[in-house]
Amino acid sequence: MTTQEEQAFLSPAPQSRRLDAQRFAGRTRWALGGALGLVLFVGLPFFGNDYLFSAILIPFLVLSLAGLGLNVLTGYTGQLSLGSAAFMAVGAFATYNFQLRLPSLPLLVSIALGGLSAALIGIAFGLPSLRIKGFYLIVSTLAAQFFVEWVLTRFGWFSNDSSSGVISAPHLAVAGYGLDSPAGRYLLTLFIVSVLTVVARNLIRSQTGRNWMAVRDMATAASVMGIPILRAKLTAFAVSSFYCGVAGALWAFAYLGTVEPHGFDLNRSFQILFIIIIGGLGSLSGAFLGALFIVLFPILLSHVAGSLLNGVIDPGQLQNLQKVLFGGLIIFFLVKEPDGLARLLRTATRRFSLWPLGR
Amino acid sequence: MSFFIEVLMGGLLAGLMYSLVAIGFVLIFKASGVFNFAQGSMVLFSALAFVTLIERGVPFWVALIATLLLMVLLGVSIERFVLRPLVNRPPMTLFMATLGLSFVLEGLAQTLFGSQVHGLELGVEDVPVAFGSVSLSKLDIVAAGTAGSLVLILSLLFNRTRFGLALRAVADDPLAALAAGVDLRRVWAAVWAIAGVVGLVAGLLWGARLGVQFSLSLIVLKALPVLIIGGFSSVTGTIVGGLLVGSSEKLAEVYVGSALGGGIENWFPYLLALLFLLVKPTGLFGQVQVERV
Amino acid sequence: MNRTLNTLLSLALAPALLSACQKAAAGKSDPAGSTQKVDPTLNAATPAAGKQPAQYFPLQSYRVGPYAAGGTGFFGGFIDYMNLVNVRDGGINGVKLTWSECETEYVVERGVECYERLKKGLDGAPTAATNPLSVGIAYATLDRSTTDKIPLITINHGRTDSTDGRVFPYVFPLQLNPYSEVSAIVNYIATREGGPEKLAHKKIVTLYHGSPYGKETQPVLDILAKKYDFQIKHLEVPHPGNEQQSQWLEIKRFQPDWVILRGWGVMNPVAIKTAAKTGFPVDHVIGNIWSNSEEDVRPAGGVGKGYISITTHPSGTDFPVVGAIKKYVVDAGKGNLQDAKRFGSVYYNLGVINGILNVEAVRIAQGKFGKRPLTGEETRWGFEHLDIDEAKLKELGAFGLLQPIKLSCLDHEGGGRIRFQQWDGEKWNLISDWVSADRALLRPIIEESAAKYAKEKGITPRDCSADSEK
Repeated sequence: MTTQEEQAFLSPAPQSRRLDAQRFAGRTRWALGGALGLVLFVGLPFFGNDYLFSAILIPFLVLSLAGLGLNVLTGYTGQLSLGSAAFMAVGAFATYNFQLRLPSLPLLVSIALGGLSAALIGIAFGLPSLRIKGFYLIVSTLAAQFFVEWVLTRFGWFSNDSSSGVISAPHLAVAGYGLDSPAGRYLLTLFIVSVLTVVARNLIRSQTGRNWMAVRDMATAASVMGIPILRAKLTAFAVSSFYCGVAGALWAFAYLGTVEPHGFDLNRSFQILFIIIIGGLGSLSGAFLGALFIVLFPILLSHVAGSLLNGVIDPGQLQNLQKVLFGGLIIFFLVKEPDGLARLLRTATRRFSLWPLGR
Repeated sequence: MSFFIEVLMGGLLAGLMYSLVAIGFVLIFKASGVFNFAQGSMVLFSALAFVTLIERGVPFWVALIATLLLMVLLGVSIERFVLRPLVNRPPMTLFMATLGLSFVLEGLAQTLFGSQVHGLELGVEDVPVAFGSVSLSKLDIVAAGTAGSLVLILSLLFNRTRFGLALRAVADDPLAALAAGVDLRRVWAAVWAIAGVVGLVAGLLWGARLGVQFSLSLIVLKALPVLIIGGFSSVTGTIVGGLLVGSSEKLAEVYVGSALGGGIENWFPYLLALLFLLVKPTGLFGQVQVERV
Repeated sequence: MNRTLNTLLSLALAPALLSACQKAAAGKSDPAGSTQKVDPTLNAATPAAGKQPAQYFPLQSYRVGPYAAGGTGFFGGFIDYMNLVNVRDGGINGVKLTWSECETEYVVERGVECYERLKKGLDGAPTAATNPLSVGIAYATLDRSTTDKIPLITINHGRTDSTDGRVFPYVFPLQLNPYSEVSAIVNYIATREGGPEKLAHKKIVTLYHGSPYGKETQPVLDILAKKYDFQIKHLEVPHPGNEQQSQWLEIKRFQPDWVILRGWGVMNPVAIKTAAKTGFPVDHVIGNIWSNSEEDVRPAGGVGKGYISITTHPSGTDFPVVGAIKKYVVDAGKGNLQDAKRFGSVYYNLGVINGILNVEAVRIAQGKFGKRPLTGEETRWGFEHLDIDEAKLKELGAFGLLQPIKLSCLDHEGGGRIRFQQWDGEKWNLISDWVSADRALLRPIIEESAAKYAKEKGITPRDCSADSEK
C-alpha cells in the first residue's frame, strides 16, 4: 500500500471530520456574514451619528478600498508602487467630469467610468514594469504621481475652469434616492466597497490571482512555465488603478465633498503604502485592518493624551509624538511581524480557538 | 545665448547640490543594500540641530563638531536598533523600515528643536558673481565645490584605504566578507555614521540655500532621479546623474515649460529617469543584475 | 475556517471599535482628544460642564509641520485675545469664551475630522464659528458649515466668490479676498509709477504657488492687465517651492518692472533669496498677504532688506489692545506664544484681529438675540451685521491696527483695503497709507462666479432685501 492508502486505512476519520468542519464552517460563515451585513447596512445607519460616519467610517472604507487596490499591485504582484494617490486623483476628477458633462449618467456608472479611466492611466504607467525590475520601478509610479498632479492643476478643463482648481461634489443620488446625508454617503461607500471586495477576493482566488503571485514570487520560473508575465503585470496595474480610482472618487464625493489635486499628493501615496504594510502585504483583511489603524490611531492617541495628560502636552507636540510613535510602530511591525496585523490577528484567532491549550 | 549658458550653469550647480544629498543614499546602498529613505529626515535633523545650537549662542565650529558627533551617534544607533534586527530581510522590508524611520526622525526633530523657520548663515553670501555676461551665485559655487570634494574624498576612501576595501567587500558579498574576517557590524556602523555626516554637510548647504525648516526633507525627492540615472551604487554616478538632472530640469523648465504653462520641474526629472531606465535598467553606473534561468 | 473567521472578525472588529470611539467622542465631557492648550487651572474663566454660560470656539490649529510658523502665530494671537476678553471684561456681556484646539497639521482631512468632532460644542457651550486659516480645509468644510449652520470664517483668504453672501450665507472671507488683494497691489504699483496711466506698457510678473490658492487670481490680473494696458506674465512655482532658479532666470530674461509674489511657506524665503541670487532688485518684489510675515523673510537673511509686502494690519505692539493683552495676559504668565519675541508679529496681530472680529460679531448678535451663549445661526447674523467704524475701533483700542469694516448680506468681505510695508532687516515698516481695491470692477466677476456655483449645486441665492430677520 502507498502511504496515502495507509493513512486512509488507518484513520478514516480525518476525511469525514474535515467534511463536517466544512459544512459547519459554511453555516457559521453564512450566519456570521449575515449578522455582520445586518449591522453594517441597517444597524449603523440608524444608530450612528454624523461624526461616526463623516470622520471614521467613510474614510476607513475609502482607505480600505485604496489599500485593496495597492495590495493587488504590491502585495500580490510584487510591484512596488508609490503612485496610488495619482490614480485616486484620476478617478476623482474623471468621475467629476463624467457627472458634469453627461448628467444623464447614473452616479454608479460615472464612478465606474472614473475607475476605468484610472485603470487606463495605470496601464500606461505600468508598461515600464516590463523592462524595469525591482526597486527601480518606483520611478515609474513616482513619475505618475507628479505628472498627474501637474496635469490636473495645469489644465483647468478638469476642474470645470474654476479659478481655484478645486472640484466640488455634485448632488449624490442613486435611483432617485438622495444620498447627501452622512448616512447616505456611508451606505453608498459601503455598498461599493463590499461589492469590490468580493470581486477582489474572487480575482485573487482565480487564475489571474495565481498568475500575480507567480510574478511576485518567481517571475523567471513563471515565465519559463508559460505564464503570461506581460498580461499579468498589466492586469495587476489595471485592477489596482481601477480600485484606487474608485476610492479616489469616493474620497472626493462621499468623504470630503471637495478635492484639489494636492489632496492626492505623495503623502497620500505613502499613507496607502503604510496601510498595507501595517495591515499585511498580500492579504485582503490586511487592507481593512491597516486602514482601521491609520484612521483610528491619531484619534485614539489624542483621546488617551486628553484624558491622561489633560493639558500637559500641547496639541503640536502631541502631533510630533504621534509621528514618532507611528514610525516606531511601523519599524516594530516590520521587525516582529512582517506580515502585519492580518497575521497577528490570525495567530490570535488560532490561539483563541485552541485556548487554553497551546496547540 | 548667454541666457542659455546662465540657465545651464545654474542647473549644473543645482544638480551638484542634489548629488550632495544623493551621496548619502549611495553610501548606505553600497554597503548594506538598503535604500535609506530617511536620508532626507537626517538632513533636516542635522540642519535643525546645528541651527538650534547656533541660535543658543554656541560658536560656529563648536556647534559644527557637536552636530557632527550627534549625527555619528544617530547613524550608529539607527544601524544598531533598526537595521540590525532586519538583517536578511527582503529589500522591500528594509525600505519600508526606513520610511518608518523618516517619520520618527521628523517627529523627533520637531519635538527637540521646534517647528519654527530658521535662517542659516554660513559666511558665504548668496549673491551673484559675474563671469563675463553670465552671473552665478556664490553660494552655489561653494556648494558645488564642496560636493565635488566630498565625492573625491569618498572615492579615495573607497578605493585607497583598507576600510574602503572592507566596504566594497561587504557590498559585494556579505557572507564572503564575513568569512574573510571583516567585522560587518563595524563596517555597517561606520557607513551609517558617514552617511549621517554627509547628511549634515547637505543639511548645512541646503539650509543656507533655503532656510532651515520642514520642507528640507523634501529634497530627497529631487535626489531620487539622480540616483536612478546614476545608478544606486555608484558615487561617480551621483555626480553625473546630478549634473544631468539639474541641467535638464532647468533647461526644460525654461524652454519647454513656458510652452506647457510652467511648473514641470517636479515631474520632468522623473520622466527623464524613466526614459533612462528603459534604455539602461540599472542606471548609468549601477551594477547590472544578471538573471540566469 | 480560521481564515474566514479571521476576516469576519477583523471586519466585525471595525464597527465595534468605531462605535466605541464614537461613543467616547460624543459622550465624554471633554470632546475627543482636543487638548486644551491653555493650562486648565489658569483659565479659570473656562467653565466646567453646565456651571456658567460660555461661548465656544473650536480651533482647527496647526502648530507643527511646514506651516507651523503661521499657525502658532495666528492661533497664539487669537487665544490671547480671547483670554483678554475673559480676564479683563469678564467675557462678552458676562458670557465667557471657551475654546479647544485640534491639531490639523494643515492637512485637509484632519481639519474635517476636527470639525466633525468639535462642531457640537464643548460642555454645553455652543459653537460660534470655525476659523481654520486654511484654504483646503475651508473648501472641504464649506458645505458642511452651511448644512450645520456654523459660520466659516476665512479671514484674508478663502473662496473669493464667498464674498457674495446670497450664495454663501455661512462663509465670511473677512477683510480681504484674493481678488481685492491683487487689485489693490496693482493700484499701489500704479501710484509708485506715477499714476494709473503710467502703467501702460509696463511689465508685471506674478510668481505664484502651484496650488488653487496660487492660481485663484489669474483671471483678475488678466482683466486688470487689459484695462491698464500692462503686460502680465504668470509663472508657476511647483509646490513646495524649494527650487525657483529657472523661474527667476526667466524673470530676469523678461525684465519686468515688478514681481508680485503669491507664495506660501518655504516658497517665500526661497523666492527672495533666488531673486537676490539672480540679481533682480528685491525692493521691486511685492509679497501678498501670505508672503508678508517675519517668518517668511527672515530665513532669507540679509538679502531680504527692501522686500515689500502687503498687510491688512501693521505689526508692532504700540496699539492699546496689544498693550492690554501684554498687561492682562502675557505679563500674568498666560500668554500663548512659546517664543515671546513673536509678540506683535504679523501673524500674531492677525490672530488678535481675528479675535476682535469674532468677538464683536458675537456681541452684535447678542444685542439682537439676548446676552447668552448663541448658536451658529445667531452668530451668523452677527457676522453679517458686523460694523466697526473708527469710533468703535478707538474704543476697542485697535485704531490703526484694524481697518474700519462693515459687512452686509451682499458683502461678506467688508474691507478690501491694504497697506504696504517694507522689511529693513529687523522689522516691517509701513510705507504707504490705505490702498483700496477696485471693488466695483471685481464685484461682477465675483457675482458671476457665485452664480455659477449656485447653479452647479442647485442653491437658490437668498434675497437680501428680506434679510432683516435672518
